[in-house]
Amino acid sequence: MSQVILMDATAIERALTRMAHEIVERNSNQDGLAIIGIRTHGVPLAQRLTGIVAGILKREIPIGEIDISMHRDDIGTRGASVIGATHITFDVTGKTIVLVDDVLFTGRSIRAALDEIADFGRPQRIQVAVLVDRGHRELPIRADFVGKNTPTALQERVMVRLVEVDGKDEVVIER
Amino acid sequence: MNSLIIKHGRVIDPANRVDEVRDLFITGGKIAGAASSKADVIDATGKIITPGLIDIHVHLREPGRSDKESIETGTRCAARGGFTSIVAMPNTTPAADNTGTIAFIKQRAAEVACVNVFPAGAITKELKGEELAPIGSLKRAGVVAITDDGRCVQNNELMRRAVEYAKMFDLPVMDHCQDYNVAADGVMHEGYWSAALGLRGWPAVAEEIIVARNILLAEITDWHIHCQHLSSARSVELVRAAKKRGVKISAEACPHHFTLTDESVKEYDTNLKMNPPLRTEADRQALLAGLADGTIDIIASDHAPHCTYEKQVEFDVAPFGIIGLETELALSLALVHQKVLTLPQLIEKFTINPAKLLRLSKGTLSTGADADVTVIDPVAEWTYDVEQSASKARNSPFHNWNLKGRAMITIVGGKIAWQLE
Amino acid sequence: MKRWQRKDLLGIQELSVAEINFLLNSAQAFKQVGKRSVKKVPSLRGKTVVNLFIEPSTRTRTSFELAATRLSADVINITANASSLVKGETLKDTALNLQALHADVIIIRHSAAGAPHFLAPLLKASVINAGDGAHEHPTQALLDAFTILEKKGKIAGLNITILGDILFSRVARSNIWLLTKLGANVTLAGPSTLVPRVFEQFGCRVTHNIDDALRDADVVNLLRIQHERQRQTLFPSIGEYTTMFGLNKERFARLKPDAMIMHPGPINRGVEIDSEVADCERSVILEQVTNGLAVRMAVLFLCSGGQAVES
Repeated sequence: MSQVILMDATAIERALTRMAHEIVERNSNQDGLAIIGIRTHGVPLAQRLTGIVAGILKREIPIGEIDISMHRDDIGTRGASVIGATHITFDVTGKTIVLVDDVLFTGRSIRAALDEIADFGRPQRIQVAVLVDRGHRELPIRADFVGKNTPTALQERVMVRLVEVDGKDEVVIER
Repeated sequence: MNSLIIKHGRVIDPANRVDEVRDLFITGGKIAGAASSKADVIDATGKIITPGLIDIHVHLREPGRSDKESIETGTRCAARGGFTSIVAMPNTTPAADNTGTIAFIKQRAAEVACVNVFPAGAITKELKGEELAPIGSLKRAGVVAITDDGRCVQNNELMRRAVEYAKMFDLPVMDHCQDYNVAADGVMHEGYWSAALGLRGWPAVAEEIIVARNILLAEITDWHIHCQHLSSARSVELVRAAKKRGVKISAEACPHHFTLTDESVKEYDTNLKMNPPLRTEADRQALLAGLADGTIDIIASDHAPHCTYEKQVEFDVAPFGIIGLETELALSLALVHQKVLTLPQLIEKFTINPAKLLRLSKGTLSTGADADVTVIDPVAEWTYDVEQSASKARNSPFHNWNLKGRAMITIVGGKIAWQLE
Repeated sequence: MKRWQRKDLLGIQELSVAEINFLLNSAQAFKQVGKRSVKKVPSLRGKTVVNLFIEPSTRTRTSFELAATRLSADVINITANASSLVKGETLKDTALNLQALHADVIIIRHSAAGAPHFLAPLLKASVINAGDGAHEHPTQALLDAFTILEKKGKIAGLNITILGDILFSRVARSNIWLLTKLGANVTLAGPSTLVPRVFEQFGCRVTHNIDDALRDADVVNLLRIQHERQRQTLFPSIGEYTTMFGLNKERFARLKPDAMIMHPGPINRGVEIDSEVADCERSVILEQVTNGLAVRMAVLFLCSGGQAVES
């Protein structure tokens, strides 16, 4: 097995800055903008994006985090793992939600997250932001904002490491 | 009738204080003083030759519950276990509280049994503990003792009269010692494990109260009461003290009680549910001490077959009891291997002691005695597979146990009833 | 511990501290589901959960039923009494029939201790113990611990008194195992016939003096006294119990000011607990009920994903 570094800390920072600007541009009416990270790695990414977006707009952006374990469709095939809590303290109804995750792969996490958010109310729209899109979708889901598109083989693993969780920033592909 | 010579075995006959390597001769169904000319020869080098073993506590279930066991299958179990004589408990359906049932058991035994079957009669009608059974008629019909086993006479006055009455017929009284009010609806020993498992306790004192009662009644009636399957340390102590005073009291212990403890119930295996229940390690040690010093005279199995479907239920609901004839000798030989008993001490508890208690002309290898003989390999290692049991039942907690020592040949009345293939 | 491994939840006794904490942490997540506008998640969609109650119980059954419903499982309730089961179909046959109908989870309440342990190895379905005789009631102990953690922030080092009928109580046993594993100082109190000394061997303090039992308590967990269910020889009367061991206003007043009152319910007002004490702000009896739902959702969720434990 070999590991190749796909993005280093600088590349990640640059990608997030670009994505933040795209989010601002795409949503000209920014009043209802809110950002939600998917546990675990989507949460620090959402925090960083929120920071940049808030800096651009010079105001607070509501942020939340969700755990999608309860909405997964593969319980019983994987065994139940730790369930984290979902924290959404604002009302999602009518909002434009940017859903943040680290890697977009099969699309099942995003599907579960969409269902989870629907349990909290009815947003006006939901957009998806991911640091890496590695392809191999199993559902009709696409990202609105992508840090890096990387074609991969199915058996390869893409790992996003972030300072907040892993002590350093990098994206690694394991072949 | 054919003749047998069993050669080169170590003959242990506690009744005659014999323990030596010599040949044993059998002619015409009796032990003979010398070889007959056309005898078959069995080489028993390295084996032990004992008087046929006796188990005074067996439930054959016939008549009434021959789906659990029958006289035929139960006696086949006995033969495999090395037993040449067994005493059938009276809690059949109908109960052995009448001469007809005794006659039936004797007739069936004559037809199908491969070992000697001695019936025990009931103390009270239908074992209800209310009215005396026709004890004199039962004696005439051939019972060797009376007991309400499975149940216990609670009425002390009735028990006193039963003992007094039985004395007139020279019939020993055997008792399953259990005070119903104290034991209540207990299903296992009352102690740490019953508390942990949430199972209702059957406290040792429920046995001890009745043992004490029996000692007092044996004393005032000057007649013999035999306490069946002792399970608790204090029961042993009560019997020990009473024997010292010369009271006509005796006691038996079962292999499961001196092998297992209440901790083994922790998986709720209903094959560990018996009455009286398995008790603590301290109780187990007391039973071993009682066996060693002679307080406990006899080892018996309390062979209690039940159908698998009856045992495959909630612990509370399952019937009490396990089968034991096939594992009894090996579990008892363990006491010899552990140096709790000498071999002659052990053989005594299987032969002359039960024979004396029940006045059976069995249990010795004296010349002229019935040629009931067991050939034992005391060190053979084997694994008990209950699926291969001769019993109709499968309710043994010793399935898959590795055991040491077993019967090789069981000879009843000069004929080989069973031998290990 | 990364993943829940057990297919069955039979008791607290066999759980490790890590497993207990895993369950309690998961319950935290499920508690929040109850606060959403849509109080339902699709985790167990398409799964069949059977409430097999061979001993009457309304609250535990309702709590499990609602928990399963909130996880989107299909729930069926089967109630029977043990005596009819003894005479008719055996428990084993009943359970195998449910399995033949593709039940995924069987929640069992039974008057016989060990009944869930008897079923678990026979079935591919998950078996959840909802109370077996006087043995265990694991979800009750978990919800009690969850409530204590929520209110007190910890369990280790707390003085927790369980008062009442310990001998016949599955709630007491599950609580004893759980609280001692998590480091609480557990005191058991009540009449000597219902609180025998043998429980000291479980790592608890046993006292038959009510004032001694209450003096240093941070938490008092009261158990229901059911005179009718027990043998009449164990204590004279309900009235005498209330006099000697009931948590009345005077005794309540002598408790530490932050002592918390718990009860697994249903409460007997005026028997083991004074009515006003039951309703006071230091009583968390209704919060226990709410937390029971979260705990049972977590248990159903985790065991549905767990594998059979290799024994």
